[in-house]
Amino acid sequence: MSVDDQTQVTEPLDKELEDLTHGAAAVTQVPMWRIRWRLFRRSFARNWALFTENKMGLAGLTIIGIFALMAIAHPILMTFVWDPAIYDPVGGYDAVESIVTIVEEVTDPATELSLEDARIQLNPFVEVGEEIVTVLQPAPPSFSGDYSHWLGTDPQGRDVLSQLLFSTRAAFLLGAIAAITTVVIATTVGSVAAYYGGITDSIFMRFADLILLMPLLPVLFVVGPLFGLTMLNLGLIIGVLNGFGGVAIVLKSQALAVKVKPYIDAAKVAGGGNGHVIFRHIVPNVLPLSFLYMMFGVTEAIAIESTLSFFGLLNVRMTWGLMINTAQTQGFLLSGVNYWWLLFPAGLAVSILAFAFFIVGRGMDEVINPRLRARG
Amino acid sequence: MTTPVETQVGTKPLIEVKNLEKRFPISRGMFRQATEFVHAVDGISFDIAPGESLGLVGESGCGKSTTGRMLVKLMNPTGGHILFLEDGEQKDVAHVGGSEIKAFRRRIQMIFQDPYESMNPRRTIFDTVSEPLSVQGVGTVVEREERVLELLQLVGLTPPENFLFRFPHELSGGQRQRVAIARALVMNPTFVVADEPTSMLDVSIRISIMELMTTLAREMGVSYLYITHDLAVARYMCDRIAVMYLGKIVEIGPTEEILANPKHPYTRALLSAVPVPDPSYKRTPVEIKGGISKAINPTPECRFIQRCPFAAEVCFENPHPPLEDRQGDNHFAACYRVDEIG
Amino acid sequence: MTVSLENLETRQVDPTKPLLEVDRLIMRYQVKTGEVSAVEDVTFTIHQGEAVGLVGESGCGKTSVALSLLRLLPSNARFLSGEIRLNGEDLIPLGAEEMRRRRWKDIAMVFQGAMNSWNPVYRVGEQIRETLNTHYKGVLDYGEQNALMERLFAGVGLPPEMLERYPHEFSGGMRQRAVIAMALACSPELIIADEPTTALDVIVQDQILKELKRIQQEMGMSILYISHDIAVIAEVTDSLGVMYAGKLVEYGPTDEVFARPFHPYAYLLLKSTPSITGPRRQLSPLEGEPPNLEMPPTGCRFHPRCPFATEQCVTQEPPLVEVRPGRRVACWNYEDVPELEEALLK
Repeated sequence: MSVDDQTQVTEPLDKELEDLTHGAAAVTQVPMWRIRWRLFRRSFARNWALFTENKMGLAGLTIIGIFALMAIAHPILMTFVWDPAIYDPVGGYDAVESIVTIVEEVTDPATELSLEDARIQLNPFVEVGEEIVTVLQPAPPSFSGDYSHWLGTDPQGRDVLSQLLFSTRAAFLLGAIAAITTVVIATTVGSVAAYYGGITDSIFMRFADLILLMPLLPVLFVVGPLFGLTMLNLGLIIGVLNGFGGVAIVLKSQALAVKVKPYIDAAKVAGGGNGHVIFRHIVPNVLPLSFLYMMFGVTEAIAIESTLSFFGLLNVRMTWGLMINTAQTQGFLLSGVNYWWLLFPAGLAVSILAFAFFIVGRGMDEVINPRLRARG
Repeated sequence: MTTPVETQVGTKPLIEVKNLEKRFPISRGMFRQATEFVHAVDGISFDIAPGESLGLVGESGCGKSTTGRMLVKLMNPTGGHILFLEDGEQKDVAHVGGSEIKAFRRRIQMIFQDPYESMNPRRTIFDTVSEPLSVQGVGTVVEREERVLELLQLVGLTPPENFLFRFPHELSGGQRQRVAIARALVMNPTFVVADEPTSMLDVSIRISIMELMTTLAREMGVSYLYITHDLAVARYMCDRIAVMYLGKIVEIGPTEEILANPKHPYTRALLSAVPVPDPSYKRTPVEIKGGISKAINPTPECRFIQRCPFAAEVCFENPHPPLEDRQGDNHFAACYRVDEIG
Repeated sequence: MTVSLENLETRQVDPTKPLLEVDRLIMRYQVKTGEVSAVEDVTFTIHQGEAVGLVGESGCGKTSVALSLLRLLPSNARFLSGEIRLNGEDLIPLGAEEMRRRRWKDIAMVFQGAMNSWNPVYRVGEQIRETLNTHYKGVLDYGEQNALMERLFAGVGLPPEMLERYPHEFSGGMRQRAVIAMALACSPELIIADEPTTALDVIVQDQILKELKRIQQEMGMSILYISHDIAVIAEVTDSLGVMYAGKLVEYGPTDEVFARPFHPYAYLLLKSTPSITGPRRQLSPLEGEPPNLEMPPTGCRFHPRCPFATEQCVTQEPPLVEVRPGRRVACWNYEDVPELEEALLK
């Protein structure tokens, strides 16, 4: 079997790299970090070109970009545009007051309120004919008036748009913590288990099996109330469980595929010790797959968080899940369409961002696994 | 007598292998002792003089690759000795460990078969060739760069600075194999194991790689163990040849002598089976039958009995024959019936 | 074409009659960045009962030629011109279904690495039966299929019991024989053997080559051998063609080409092949690398590496012309190519 000799040196060196390395003497003058930087940029450019061929990945990245803008927009808006008293996502308050007349039968809902409703909602001692100040909560979106609420207010008078933007930050933070923790742990565990094999491998893999057996959500339901979960805790827990669990198994098999390559033998023959081989050869070749699972990890983290805070089990200031939780506990969930601004923005935000990370992951998959690419 | 004579009177061989053995247990589950062993390398002995190249020839499963891996300590033998000459003293390196191995790796290196898979695709040529230097803590970064440039020039990759920061996939098969040679020679070793370095290259490129290796070996005073299944290549590259079969060396001697007068029935069969690029040449018919099996818990008699066209009573009644030089011309064969076979 | 078990044994062959004629075939692959010129103006003929070899290195187009004959090319392959005539009939204009009927019945192929293409979860006999069912549905019943398969296995030297075994129970050489048996299943007139022995040990290789030679002679089969191993081609073929970068550069009877190659590439290839027989010759390396087929060199594709190249070679592509009876070369300067001398190594 002959090696395909079509892959020759046909690509010209990156122009800058070429200039830098022109002439033997010149090469040694250039500091190594400069060269590494150039090489990194070149390979990144190539991977980027591959990634963007697939519109899906690009779309996902764009969506994430939009959300990132949203996250950045919030503190700016809070500082320069919005009055914190009104617009603070947790403590703000705005109310639309109106004066209504109590009547026996309502003919004009805008200015009249029935006796029964009034006695139930406001004051059991009102009488027909009185004029009362009512507060319309939650208020539908309005774009005018003293204070505009583009997405309306929630049952507690807080601006929904502000809540939405504020939660974006939390989502990214959680995603980052969970994903990075997962990748760091899983890559190390997978590589070490694959390299040493034997007992080490068995221990890690049985532990991973144990974690896989555990249903994550129910466990969190128990842990949440007992210990109080904040964003940071939650991120770490998800990261650790995924890191030692399913992702470690996948990365270990990738590490195994790398371990049997001749260049690992070559590294050992060159004098490389175990640490050198693991962290300089195995890990770098496992990392692309790790990053892939990192993307999927963010998806999972966002979904879990929204579930937990929907059940009110998270100790957080404001997240999308919590927004829906507020709607539910105040009884507006089942009214569905009438109070759509309480549900859909938050729900869509969760779904869309989680999905965006997922399709970015799929886009990366095509770069990392060349076999998936369309032929020709 | 199992140890072939030194090729130069008075000088000790660079590598002297004595009864080298590697047995793999066939696992019977996690908690049961293995009772069956694959005798991949079953007690072989040979030596290589300084500056000499020895070819290790055989078909798949004969144990040649395993032997090579043991000599560079990618694998530890289960028996026997590997005596390595350093500073005039022979040292048994069969079971050294730890920091001693690192020093050992400056002297003994390996060239691998697959030109692509033997280099980390994410590392530059510089990283790959300088790896032995950086792992052993030799020189500063600049000094390593200079050394690598020197070596790239030596293996014919010119201008060397053009190749320094390329990645393996940007090079052709022949170029990658030159890089592999550069990496093997960067620490100035005295002994290199070459495991089929040209079998995955195009035919027209093989010669240039083979010539490069021969020239560099001569200039740098390096000895080779050249592992191959291709006898024609072995003829070109090696001063002496050892023929292996099922973990044993069945014949060893000077290359031309073995090709002209093969003594062991297996060698004869092997030689008569090699196709010749000359349509007018009529090969003698191959005399043996069957295919190779694995040496699992082999019985003590000659390993070749099942396939040998000359097997006789003496072969069944005695253990596997030792390597003997009956004519005193440094040409050893492991066969009881050497004198009777024509 | 009726099926008869006798088809396997005796076949009247007339070695002067052409079985397969490849006539100025041009085939290219469309890729994103352009066109890869894989088979460029290739012409050769295989006669009945003849063994022809195509020799060349990786990327020279020999496998592409083989796949073109059976139209097993990927979707981005285009036939630009030329004809492939089987018994006088051009195969290229045929529709997909018609081509499918000819595949295996008229031309069969032993692929590169075919011994690894056995499905590990089915018995070998079942997989061969699948081939028979594809072509002989309703023509042969179960019993007749069994009889045929046993004859096929006997024909390649395998015991009939092995039909009931799984591929992993076969050794490499046995698997390759089984592949050959499967190729013979529909009694084709031509077998294409693409690197049939490359992954095999040399003694097994010898057995397989002997087997193929016997099949060629006893069954009147034509065989197209494709290999990068010149020694193998030397032993088993009657005529051979040397390919380089998609072009056929030399063609002729095997013994004549080896005795006196005319094309510089063929000459250099022979001079760079080590052999275990004869005196230890000085071998000369070939400089450079095979060209990129998307942008092949101007004029003669070999000129950048050719020690005999002249100005004409850079600008004009030499045509394949008959320079001696039965010998064709594509080179302007073929007369400058010296005899193969025996420069000995010290």
